[in-house]
Amino acid sequence: MMLPGPKSTDDQAIPIVIVGHVDHGKSTLIARLVHDAGGFTDGKVAELQAVSDRRGTDFEWSFLLDALQVERDQAITVDSTQVRFALQGRQYLIIDAPGHHEFIRNMLTGASQAVGAVLVVDATQGLAEQTKHHVMLLKFLGHKQIIVVINKMDLVGFDQAAFAALSVSVNNYCSTSGIAVAASVPVSARHGDGLFSQSDRLAWYVGPTVAESLAMFSISPAPVDRPVRFPVQDVYRHGDQRILVGRLDSGCMAIGDQVVLCPTGRTATITGFFDENGLSSRTDAKAGESVAIALDHELFVERGHVAASVAAPPSLATLLKARVVWLDAEPLKAGAEYILRVGTATHVVLVDSINRLFDFDHQVDQITDAVHQYAVAEISLRTRVPVPIDPADDGAVLSRAMLLSGHRVVGACLLQSGERRAVVSSNLTAVIQSVSRDERAARNGYRGAVIWFTGLSGAGKSTLAMALQRELFDRRVGVYVLDGDNVRHGLNHDLGFNEADRLENLRRVAEVARLFADAGLIVITAFIAPTVGIRTLAREIVGAEFHEVYVDADLATCEARDTKGLYAKARRGEIKDFTGISSVWEPPMASDLAVPTSHQSIADSLGLLVDYVERRVLGARKVYDFSHFDGIEETS
Amino acid sequence: MNRLDHLEAQSIYILREARHAFDPIAMLWSLGKDSNVMIWLARKAFLGRVPFPVFHLDTGLEFPEVYAFRDRYAAEWRLDFTSFPCPPLEHVDPSLPKDARLAGRKSLGVSSVVDTFRLRGLIAGIRRDEQPTRAKERVFSPRGAANIWDFRDQPPEFWDLFASNYPFGTHVRVHPLLHWTEVDIWRYIARESIPVCSLYFAKEGRRFRSLGEIGITHAISSSAATVADIIAELSATTAPERAGRSMDHESEDAFERLRTSGYL
Repeated sequence: MMLPGPKSTDDQAIPIVIVGHVDHGKSTLIARLVHDAGGFTDGKVAELQAVSDRRGTDFEWSFLLDALQVERDQAITVDSTQVRFALQGRQYLIIDAPGHHEFIRNMLTGASQAVGAVLVVDATQGLAEQTKHHVMLLKFLGHKQIIVVINKMDLVGFDQAAFAALSVSVNNYCSTSGIAVAASVPVSARHGDGLFSQSDRLAWYVGPTVAESLAMFSISPAPVDRPVRFPVQDVYRHGDQRILVGRLDSGCMAIGDQVVLCPTGRTATITGFFDENGLSSRTDAKAGESVAIALDHELFVERGHVAASVAAPPSLATLLKARVVWLDAEPLKAGAEYILRVGTATHVVLVDSINRLFDFDHQVDQITDAVHQYAVAEISLRTRVPVPIDPADDGAVLSRAMLLSGHRVVGACLLQSGERRAVVSSNLTAVIQSVSRDERAARNGYRGAVIWFTGLSGAGKSTLAMALQRELFDRRVGVYVLDGDNVRHGLNHDLGFNEADRLENLRRVAEVARLFADAGLIVITAFIAPTVGIRTLAREIVGAEFHEVYVDADLATCEARDTKGLYAKARRGEIKDFTGISSVWEPPMASDLAVPTSHQSIADSLGLLVDYVERRVLGARKVYDFSHFDGIEETS
Repeated sequence: MNRLDHLEAQSIYILREARHAFDPIAMLWSLGKDSNVMIWLARKAFLGRVPFPVFHLDTGLEFPEVYAFRDRYAAEWRLDFTSFPCPPLEHVDPSLPKDARLAGRKSLGVSSVVDTFRLRGLIAGIRRDEQPTRAKERVFSPRGAANIWDFRDQPPEFWDLFASNYPFGTHVRVHPLLHWTEVDIWRYIARESIPVCSLYFAKEGRRFRSLGEIGITHAISSSAATVADIIAELSATTAPERAGRSMDHESEDAFERLRTSGYL
């Protein structure tokens, strides 16, 4: 056995994921590797022995990683975990991925952190369903080569021919999937054969041990020589200056460099870096670093924008082609709406089409209208605004995305290509207003804003909107309520109540609210706004001065109130598509304020609202919102 | 970038994501080495000042040196600091083993601080290498009703995309140090000259490797009197970090039960 290397080095630990079908011996392999590398802490063997005894099993290596009671009782890995060991001066971070079909999301969570992968195959079982599924997912994640470990050789009598036959079939399968097999290693993880040294029982084998083969993986150096990509995480204030914070994904930035902000297309020059002591002595930053930068002039920049090299900016697309691994029990459907996270940006997207489905047996080009749980497919997504992306660029932050629906993460995406489809006339050019928002805010004493109510019919939105309007008006605040009455009869008289028209109705409301807010008014909107998608769209349209207020009364309460008799009608089927009864209601996930109207009076609810508006809309914006603390100013 | 640069950049990224995603948000300061590093990183992330409240969940059973350290650095780092009393022992699940029950007061303290301030986000300095159930944690880890950790159904987390869209009634534990090891922490403390409580350094042949409550935390034999000594000691030792925390070892599932019901 080789001796373990030093426990700490200056280098990053190399993350390697161990994948394969359930029960093929992944957790055992990892535990045995850590043990043989000298990585067990004192008392660990005794502890695992006691745990095994308690369950009446032989000494069970996998209990090192399968730490949860449910995992030990059922002898199954539920969630991904990580352990470390050092070998010849290199530290490895080994990620155990569950092999059970049900826990694919956890396998992906683990595998997405890895630079290398080891596929464990049971010599007595061969290519099993999850073996194939995991190979497909590794390919999806961008792995180009893997190590194959043929485990449980003791159960086939360490037979050379059995190993040769199986490794050929695994190799063929992987190469058809587009992944090269760098080494195939016969082992018996339980007994330690083939892990660190050649075993007598495998004397016929001439290739590397598992430990030796791990040395082929390394972390690619940070992409400092590539174009600048700086996704903006947030904008902080430092005195009068606005500071953009984020992590530089690729390239280098130095004081004096010009960058282009995407998607707005404005350019600016970097004037300095900031740190905990204010203006920093730092003059440049390299890929991988989290930094804070100041620009030479005040541009409109917000989270989700990307500062990039002027010479090589990301592409802007409104139609994105993506590969997706679908995770949700509810299938992905063409025409459905989801939320896309790419870099630090969030966008509402519509599934334009499902182009093809991939399966284990390498059949492509299946026509389908739905992608089911854990399947891999290529889809096209449509966005409302241009999204900066770096498609088909391995490892680039702007090529990786996540899909959400309501409160759930439903898919992982890799962007393949994108194109920009004009949505508005290209003859329109933005006109800069002769009076800025800041000037209006300075004169009024507050900034225009949109207070966007959402809640079920009967929750109290209109009542509260009208009461809040009165309160604010009496305090000499310019305020206006947009509701169904004043919008449906004029601006939107051409719209009906089908799904598309309801969406268009609220899109227009959001656009009008934004204009009113631009003009300096506080706008209150009182619409149901039933879905996360609609509210995200409104937030996208309005921008930073958007405040979502959840007028929170549950369906039972609203139905019991039924002030307008609408619920009764909906129950009788006289109203179609009634929110909460016959059409979807997604309670808000991230409202800025929740007003629980079911168990408090209108006066109390109004009190909450006025308090919020005073502090967060009218007053100087505080960093956080604990009324009993003295607010501290933004860092200055 | 070397290893510590990389760890630092990742933690700062996580802290900034968290502050954007959750409002109100707060940080737990256990006064140990890890949470000192966490505050240090937060000061870097937010340009010099931690822009949210910092809580110490106080059982009244910390060592006197720990309280002295707390009072000094809460002021020196200009923290918006509050000592939050943990509910008494009688409120803790009586079926837990004895020392775990003492630690259970912290779980109740966490729930109580979340409920009192209606927190959406709570930042805590746990690490994967400390304990096997912590190794299974997410960076953004949601806690639903009753602050339960549903380890059977954790949300996926791809690359550096952390989901933050949870319904009301859910708060999210944010773990900016999850990817650090014990030696990383000490090497960073050395590099940045971050102050830590004097109990970590050996006196008369004993020091504390992990700090917790009086009565359930025990010193180890050690001659490490400086940060450099500690790094050298850890590089050679095979003893587990939390060996001196008796609550971990009373029964096989003691720590898992604590964590499922809200412990850090």
